[in-house]
Amino acid sequence: MTLDKIPRGRIARVTAVEGSAKVTFRLMEMGIVPGAPVRLVKSAPLGDPIQICVRDYHLALRRADAQEIIVTLQSE
Amino acid sequence: MSAIPRTKLAVANPLTRPLIIAVAGNPNAGKTSLFNALTGMRQKVANYPGVTVERKVGLWTLAPELPPAQLIDLPGLYSLEATSLDEQIARDALLGRAREMPTPDAVIVVVDATNLVRNLYLASQLIETKQPVVIALTMFDIAERQKLSIDVAKLGAALGVPVVPVVAKQQRGTTRLAEAVLAVIAEAESRPDRRSERVREDTTTCAQSLINRYHWIEKVVAGSLNRPHEQAKASPTERIDRVLTHKFFGPAVLLLVMLLIFQAIFSWASLPMYIIERIFNVLSETVRLNLPPGVLADLLAGGVIPGVGGVLVFLPQIFLLFLFISMLEDSGYMARAVFLTDRVMRSLGLQGRALMPLLSSFACAVPGIMATRTIEDPKDRLTTILIAPFMSCSARLPVYTLMIATFFSEQKVLGQISLGVVILLSLYLLGITAAVVVAWILKHTILKASPSPFVMELPPYRLPSFTNVGHAILMRCGLFVKRAGTVILAISILLWALAAFPRSPNGQSTASATQNAQNNDEAAAQIRNSYAGRAGRMLEPLIAPLGFDWKIGIGLISSFAARETIISTLSIVYGVGADPSGRSTTLNDALRNARRPDGSPAWTPLVGISLMVFFVLACQCMSTLAVVRRETNSWRWPLFLVSYMLVLAYVGSMVTYQGGRLLGFS
Repeated sequence: MTLDKIPRGRIARVTAVEGSAKVTFRLMEMGIVPGAPVRLVKSAPLGDPIQICVRDYHLALRRADAQEIIVTLQSE
Repeated sequence: MSAIPRTKLAVANPLTRPLIIAVAGNPNAGKTSLFNALTGMRQKVANYPGVTVERKVGLWTLAPELPPAQLIDLPGLYSLEATSLDEQIARDALLGRAREMPTPDAVIVVVDATNLVRNLYLASQLIETKQPVVIALTMFDIAERQKLSIDVAKLGAALGVPVVPVVAKQQRGTTRLAEAVLAVIAEAESRPDRRSERVREDTTTCAQSLINRYHWIEKVVAGSLNRPHEQAKASPTERIDRVLTHKFFGPAVLLLVMLLIFQAIFSWASLPMYIIERIFNVLSETVRLNLPPGVLADLLAGGVIPGVGGVLVFLPQIFLLFLFISMLEDSGYMARAVFLTDRVMRSLGLQGRALMPLLSSFACAVPGIMATRTIEDPKDRLTTILIAPFMSCSARLPVYTLMIATFFSEQKVLGQISLGVVILLSLYLLGITAAVVVAWILKHTILKASPSPFVMELPPYRLPSFTNVGHAILMRCGLFVKRAGTVILAISILLWALAAFPRSPNGQSTASATQNAQNNDEAAAQIRNSYAGRAGRMLEPLIAPLGFDWKIGIGLISSFAARETIISTLSIVYGVGADPSGRSTTLNDALRNARRPDGSPAWTPLVGISLMVFFVLACQCMSTLAVVRRETNSWRWPLFLVSYMLVLAYVGSMVTYQGGRLLGFS
């Protein structure tokens, strides 16, 4: 599953970050590394970008970039 | 700041020479607040050599017996693997690689106590460079309120550097911070091998080392941070966001905020602008009355004073715009505005951050272009700068008003709607359409960018700090007056000279209009015979296809200093008293009655429309060009801007005039 697909409010764990090196590196520097818990907070009014919560802070990123982040849902 | 030779630094006693201390940290970590708290008003802004990124330097008294240290506020960065220009500058300055900048004696890393893990990423990279590092733990009061208990001593021990909690607003912890900085510098100086020991290479850039670093930080934080159980209820910020980034309320609130800003720049600024204009007009008149008539009086009253006034008149708008922008930035709302608009702006080939600069350009492109600094991607920023002058600014309004009042007053369309309003609206829409098309072309040709990730932090909401906002406004206004002012002044004098030389035979000429009819005739004769007048006549064959005669040509030439000057120039050329409001009935009549040598009217409604189209599309504004020169740090982009807009204006105006004639209008 990719980050943009997780249900709103649910917590998932990052398993891998794919895509071009430039994008990947930026995302990982911001704390989106394998093992980190992430939560989808909301989407912008037109559905893009999305707002996620990672490491206790909020981050906006575009859906195209979020599709490169592979996650597994945490059980409730 | 002048460079201090490195060798001298190494041998001098660290405690008797002024120390250089850098402040680094993530964006939104409270770096600027700490910098302002430590330096107070003792700060100034300089540009880094060769680039447009600014560096703020302030004086900080670490201990009463020492000379104050130089504190350098670096741009915010997330890691030493710099991606943006700001980050590269900060990285180079930290590692002592920046030109004309000595290596700092110590680095204060600002770490947000409420967001330890991500903030410590940069801190740990800096600690590894073996420079003397002190961590300033900001937002400590907020962390306490969130019931996060941080064992500061344990954290410091695990990281191997002193950690000092600070609350910038209340000056809490600043004395201890000074002590810690002095201690690490003294400790580093006592190590004889210190300088050679320093690591100067890039930190490794492979993904695995990045992951390992995060895991190490997680362990360090787990050992020193005691957090309450995952709170079930949402944070205050998330609750505010439920409204401010709501599907419907979000855009509605944003629209209201934009309207407020637009209203402020457009109408609140008009009174102070009027006062500034009046002061300089009175000053000009005083000089004219008190100096013997001649070149000196003309230069002062017709070139220098209006030139300076023409710069200062923008200050109220710049002040108001940056008041709003820095409040929106400081409170955290700006990031939400970008979040809300990114999708729409992206369909235009831009990004969310371009919204504010483009909107403020409807008042004036000068503060609008200055506001593009918030756009990180250099190509997106340049595109925004290059299309901002298409937004119909307040200086075009007098020209539109004059044309509409002269040719289209009292006319109605569809029964009730005034034709003037329809024309005005169409002119604004024409500018916006041109901007969208040009942005699309630029982004698909010379400013084609490889996809860069859009990753933006949405910081927690905070009350904007009076100090931070005040400092930001002072800095912007000061920079504008100093840098753009010199260029605008020089060009104003040049344009004055073009209209004032060669002197007309009677030698008593004045370049500006006065109420006296005889003076008006003299002024008209002067401008006709001046270089500008000759250029206007030489220009006539070129602008004839647009429907313009040589008198309009003179107006066009003078309007390249500032658009509204065409009105005073036309007043002089047609020998009527100038009225700054542009509503002069005499000028309206003069235009309606003006005849070409063959007896046909020089001005028709179609000529009026053609002229307005020209004004929508051309970049006739020295202030804009000067500010683009400053923001892009080269003459290349302002020259490109003025040329492509001129071509567009010429073609647009010609199509309007010739097309109108084909359709049978006159």
